[in-house]
Amino acid sequence: MSDGKKPKLAVWKFASCDGCQLSLLDCEDELLAVAEAVQICYFPEATDTFVKGPYDVSLVEGSITTPHDAERIHGIRRSSKTLITIGACATAGGIQALRNFRDVKDFTRIVYASPEYIDTLGKSTPIADHVKVDFELRGCPINKSQLIEVIAAFLAGRKPNVPAYSVCMECKRRGTVCVMVAHGTACLGPVTQAGCGAICPAYDRGCYGCFGPKETPNTSSLAHWFGEHGKHNRELVRMFRSYNAYAEPFRAESEAHEQ
Amino acid sequence: MSNRRIKVDYMTRVEGEGALTVRIKNGQVQDVKFRIFEPPRFFEAFLRGRDHREAPDITARICGICPIAYQMSAVHAMEDAFGVEVGGQLRALRRLIYCGEWIESHVLHIFMLHAPDFLGYPDVIAVSKDHPELVQKALQLKKAGNEIVALLGGREIHPVNVRVGGFYRTPSRRELDELAEKLKPARDIALDAVSWTASLPFPDVERDYEFVALSHPDEYPFCEGRLVSNKGLNIAIREYDAHFAEQHVAHSNALQSRNKDGGAYKVGPLARYNLNFDKLRPIARQAALEAGLKKDCRNPFMSIAVRAVETLHACDEALAIIEQYEPPEAPCVEYEVSAATGYGCTEAPRGICYHRYSVDNEGLIVDAQIVPPTSQNQPTIEADLEHVVRQFMNLPDDELTKRCEMTVRNYDPCISCATHFLKLNIIRD
Ligand code: SF4
Ligand code: SF4
Ligand code: SF4
Repeated sequence: MSDGKKPKLAVWKFASCDGCQLSLLDCEDELLAVAEAVQICYFPEATDTFVKGPYDVSLVEGSITTPHDAERIHGIRRSSKTLITIGACATAGGIQALRNFRDVKDFTRIVYASPEYIDTLGKSTPIADHVKVDFELRGCPINKSQLIEVIAAFLAGRKPNVPAYSVCMECKRRGTVCVMVAHGTACLGPVTQAGCGAICPAYDRGCYGCFGPKETPNTSSLAHWFGEHGKHNRELVRMFRSYNAYAEPFRAESEAHEQ
Repeated sequence: MSNRRIKVDYMTRVEGEGALTVRIKNGQVQDVKFRIFEPPRFFEAFLRGRDHREAPDITARICGICPIAYQMSAVHAMEDAFGVEVGGQLRALRRLIYCGEWIESHVLHIFMLHAPDFLGYPDVIAVSKDHPELVQKALQLKKAGNEIVALLGGREIHPVNVRVGGFYRTPSRRELDELAEKLKPARDIALDAVSWTASLPFPDVERDYEFVALSHPDEYPFCEGRLVSNKGLNIAIREYDAHFAEQHVAHSNALQSRNKDGGAYKVGPLARYNLNFDKLRPIARQAALEAGLKKDCRNPFMSIAVRAVETLHACDEALAIIEQYEPPEAPCVEYEVSAATGYGCTEAPRGICYHRYSVDNEGLIVDAQIVPPTSQNQPTIEADLEHVVRQFMNLPDDELTKRCEMTVRNYDPCISCATHFLKLNIIRD
């Protein structure tokens, strides 16, 4: 892994479950090809190798939740030509951004016997709140084909083919019967960005928004429909407040239903 | 020799990040601290007020490497609370998806995280340059595990199809038949992996552990059974809190779990294997004995081989489940919610994962407790490290460091699951 001419790739982690970077190791068919095409310089989950930057491409997973991490991300930005954030944690603060709606001190007391040992920020924020990000790949977790596409695109110097339209488009294309129309099941597909391949409706359940808001989503119209179909405000709050709770359109919609 | 200072900044090939400090003074081990500084994510706090049906989706996000374990512990705990019985084919399918997670996770651990240590490479990609066939087979095996999870769960990481009472949709006979075709060659690869891993050069270490695992009367444990140990523990899952307690130590963000009497215990493949050897599928039992593993195995470094045995078991059991499968009438058992407390514990690839939830009359979560395997193994990892440092103190610094890293990787502390990060410091002053 030390051919100096290949593009240098680094994978960084902040607060996360490791699932997004694991997606790369889960590319069983492409892994060795990716390893051929790039020089993996830093990827602690997979290798002892550590080659100093600057890096051509940095993949960043996870959200910023500690003062130390808020510092660390600047160094990574400085050493990276291209910085790509992967996953809902890195692009929207992740599930751990649920603290942003509460006082984190309460959370610390609930989980830890000695809260004074814990050094954490009151908010979990996406990477783009701290440094310039060149591309955001959505999903909790990201889709591995999309990840391969993004890496390939940046290596080739072209724009990644990652659509910003809704899950509904993928769902229709897949030929799945709409769970909202057929069963009245609440589905966030109309306001959620495509990328997963519309998995949930294909498994007879509603989309719960793990890819975050699509471009210009009409969340209030959808919430209204849910309301007419029996969803209470507190349920609407929970629906919009999950893995992408702090992504602006979802955040605003959840707050609109909070009494 | 006895007054040196070794510092390794970052522990690699483990999930998440953490640090470990070993202090040696005048040739004596003074202190071993295994520190996990992954930032806290507060799952137990924000589960409060969520609907009980969200628990499997939310808790999956604790760990990308073993989401099924979290989903299963959560659904079992909720079912325990509401008195729901999930039997027959639905239960079999749950075992099947668990087989998938064991295969992909164990293979990731064996070949990508751990084997490079034994072979002297920095990573699996470097291994693949010299041993391309080995790595290709490993990837094929891992893929078979992932395909089980993807079929039953919708995707490999954070599957969407697991719910309280069963599944959203159950697979068709044909879908499973196609899966079986991929699993048969995978089982052969797993069989070879047992003898290959068992032939690796193991450091000569034996430890007297308290092994804790689930135990079920007729099957190798996944989701159900009693919690037993080789030191006399035999309790129902709901009695967990009376016997184990989590502690918060200053040097780690991950809580450490111990016996109420303060003792460290060990969970994971070695514990399961030692306590349930007779329940392994015959092919796995035979392969283990032929490869020279004993029924009673206390060398922590042999966990790599035991993982291979369990991988073989999981491939074989998956095939057996598929063979007898008939699509159930409904994908899910109906149930009524009521205020209650429920307990669930399942065998994540790295050991028992315990969940307890209290829910109110509307099915909203009032209180949650989650004890992942790493929290439970952490005191034992520290004890192992102390043992290994004492035994191999005369090795040169870099070799001793490697031994320590290997020791930690015996567990692959699924650090993100302790919701938390690794760095290695050996300080000899
Ligand atoms: S976005 Fe989801 S899958 Fe990715 S690291 Fe965060 S929690 Fe894990
Ligand atoms: S099921 Fe959901 S994603 Fe599919 S078309 Fe209907 S609303 Fe859209
Ligand atoms: S359908 Fe929605 S919730 Fe389901 S995987 Fe796709 S984006 Fe995520």
